[in-house]
Amino acid sequence: MTESTAARDPRRSSKRTSGSDGGSAAATSAPETPGAPAKKAAARKTPAKKAPAKKAAAKKTAAPAKKAAAKKTAAKPAKAAKTAKTAKAAKAAKAAEKVPVGSRPLPQGDGADATELVQLLTPAGERVEHPDYAVDPSPEELRALYRDMVLTRRFDAEAVTLQRQGELGLWPSLLGQEAAQVGSGRATREDDYVFPTYREHGVAWCRGVDPTLLLGMFRGVNNGGWDPNSNNFQLYTIVIGSQTLHATGYAMGVAKDGADSAVVAYFGDGASSQGDVAEAFTFAAVYYAPVVFFCQNNQWAISEPTERQTRVPLYQRAAGYGFPGVRVDGNDVLAVLAVTRKALEHARSGQGPMLIEAYTYRMGAHTTSDDPTRYRADDERAAWEAKDPILRLRTLLEREGLADEAFFAGLDEESDALAKRVRESIRTMADPDPMAMFENIYADGHSVVDEERTQYAAYQASFADPADFADEAGAAAGKGH
Amino acid sequence: MAVEKMALAKAINASLRTAMEDDAKVLVIGEDVGKLGGVFRVTDGLQKDFGEDRVIDSPLAESGIVGTAIGLALRGYRPVVEIQFDGFVFPAYDQIVTQLAKMHARALGTVKLPVVIRIPYGGGIGAVEHHSESPEALFAHVAGLKCVSPSTPADAYWMLQQAIHSDDPVIFFEPKRRYWDKGEVNTSAIPGPLHEARVAREGTDLTLAAYGPMVKTCLEVAAAAAEEGTSLEVLDLRSMSPIDFDAVQRSVEKTGRLVVVHEAPVFYGSGGEIAARITERCFYHLEAPVLRVGGFHAPYPPARLEEEYLPNLDRVLDAVDRALAY
Repeated sequence: MTESTAARDPRRSSKRTSGSDGGSAAATSAPETPGAPAKKAAARKTPAKKAPAKKAAAKKTAAPAKKAAAKKTAAKPAKAAKTAKTAKAAKAAKAAEKVPVGSRPLPQGDGADATELVQLLTPAGERVEHPDYAVDPSPEELRALYRDMVLTRRFDAEAVTLQRQGELGLWPSLLGQEAAQVGSGRATREDDYVFPTYREHGVAWCRGVDPTLLLGMFRGVNNGGWDPNSNNFQLYTIVIGSQTLHATGYAMGVAKDGADSAVVAYFGDGASSQGDVAEAFTFAAVYYAPVVFFCQNNQWAISEPTERQTRVPLYQRAAGYGFPGVRVDGNDVLAVLAVTRKALEHARSGQGPMLIEAYTYRMGAHTTSDDPTRYRADDERAAWEAKDPILRLRTLLEREGLADEAFFAGLDEESDALAKRVRESIRTMADPDPMAMFENIYADGHSVVDEERTQYAAYQASFADPADFADEAGAAAGKGH
Repeated sequence: MAVEKMALAKAINASLRTAMEDDAKVLVIGEDVGKLGGVFRVTDGLQKDFGEDRVIDSPLAESGIVGTAIGLALRGYRPVVEIQFDGFVFPAYDQIVTQLAKMHARALGTVKLPVVIRIPYGGGIGAVEHHSESPEALFAHVAGLKCVSPSTPADAYWMLQQAIHSDDPVIFFEPKRRYWDKGEVNTSAIPGPLHEARVAREGTDLTLAAYGPMVKTCLEVAAAAAEEGTSLEVLDLRSMSPIDFDAVQRSVEKTGRLVVVHEAPVFYGSGGEIAARITERCFYHLEAPVLRVGGFHAPYPPARLEEEYLPNLDRVLDAVDRALAY
């Protein structure tokens, strides 16, 4: 597609420019063209007020169309022919590789190797020891971790449903990553600071951010609806990897303040390819910034497997920057808790950053717009379901008699109540005032924003009842802010 | 009362020193800003006096410099970042545009980003590629950023202090070919608002609007025109975002003619924005269309051609003549 346009364009543009005067003088004399008097007169006539009825109609039709478009985003491939072509190409590529995409192991272990994967709770729910990492949670703490994961999963499932019902434009599900997020989130202290991607709903939960606040940006009422400083949980960052630098800078500030807080920068396997992540590693290393780089390797960056991002296990990258890296079973909440605690202590004690690769799996789609059946096999998911983070802790709780029927029943009720609260919050979530787009662009104001705000207010007012149209337009224009 | 004659680069140095003395949260970060004092010596001596913890030699990575500056600002610091040359800012462009500019709005006003990005910009020093560019329009186009450029040592001193005091991100464009121009700086004066234009020379026949390195050129043009009996008003815009359109309007209502001059390419440049707005505001006062003089829609040329590319006395006078001919 791009090739054909590229081939066409130059011919077109050369045809167009061949008729014009061109030349370097055009650069300075471009706006010179004197307007013919007749033209000027016509221009003066056009700003006459359009009929309010026409405006209103245009406005009405625009809104639903927009919504529909948003819902469709990236959902379906455009044409059947195109699909066939892509499938064919994929088939050819597969044949060439002779190994299905995503299943070719990295040269130095594929994460299943027990020697490099910190694990304290096996998929079968057995407690195991690790020479470097230990955690000894009380039954109460174990139940609390279980509760966090169950409620996080329920909230996430509810959000997916709300997207399917058209209440959210998009939702990035964390399904399968509950242990990685709850284990690391619960390892942080209140004064620590978290820089998330856009999928850290479980970490947000642990930081005490009301889950309903996470929905606003995915409904389209804001671009991040919480005060980051109220829970030391930064706003979701959509551009991949950017936040790792913010986390590093913040951590540099923590060190300058002489505080013993630490910072956690979340990112994924896809982000590990970003230059910003490499730069964050460098800055954090050379300044000994107290930051923990927490990579959730969920195996997929939309459709691209981790093998498209790296040829070494991600945690090993840390060695090249001069700080420790460790790979932890990301579906083992106890191991993640133990490893993150240790990494945070490492950071607090002035030893600089540490990289944690939480080896996990994105059980769902990248977002609700994605269709993973196009790029990965069902049996892969089935294999990871056997390593489910919640199931293994439940097995432990039940087998050891650490939680009774009443606990599980109570948690079910709490889940239902949370889901209900989430649904209700969406239904009462108001659309923003149109004038809100002019707010908070600058802390100290900007004359262009002020001018456009005033003009748009007057324009809005022009849709009012024709009877009091003149009054309202006058009032809005006069407001001035 | 302290009036001192100093070069523009020295004024920036003095300004940074004052800002750091006044506020312990002010940091200077960039490549070679510490021991070396910057490639233009603008930060000379600062690390010696304020320490490595506040005048920070950074790794050679612009995105990293700006990205970590954002984090430092979120922690309550006021980083003043140096990008070594105009053409080197682009690795940081993503952080500036997608993060620095938008974070205050994204957070619904709950966080502030008082980051200043100093960029020595513009040509005229016979440098190699990427050392002579004027990318201000690429930043002025982005909501959430403010862009300013001083033309005198006094403005350099005061505008930088004001930029550092601002709670908004400010891109501070330093006219590198004027670094060594001297002027009086009153360090105890009370400065005017950061984004207000200044009448650099009063006139009646035509307004020349410029900023940064082109103000001096325009003053030379006005002097030459005066010899021919033409009275040009020279407006030093000082700020490219926001632009003091009221000041331009006042001047154009008086003179009826406007020529905008900048080193940056004319195509999609700030001159186009000024022309459009002033045409709208001063339609009945204009005796001629607003003309622009600037760089061409071409990569900045090799040093031996830059005198052809940069607006100079003759090219600006040519535009003045054309405007006066209407």
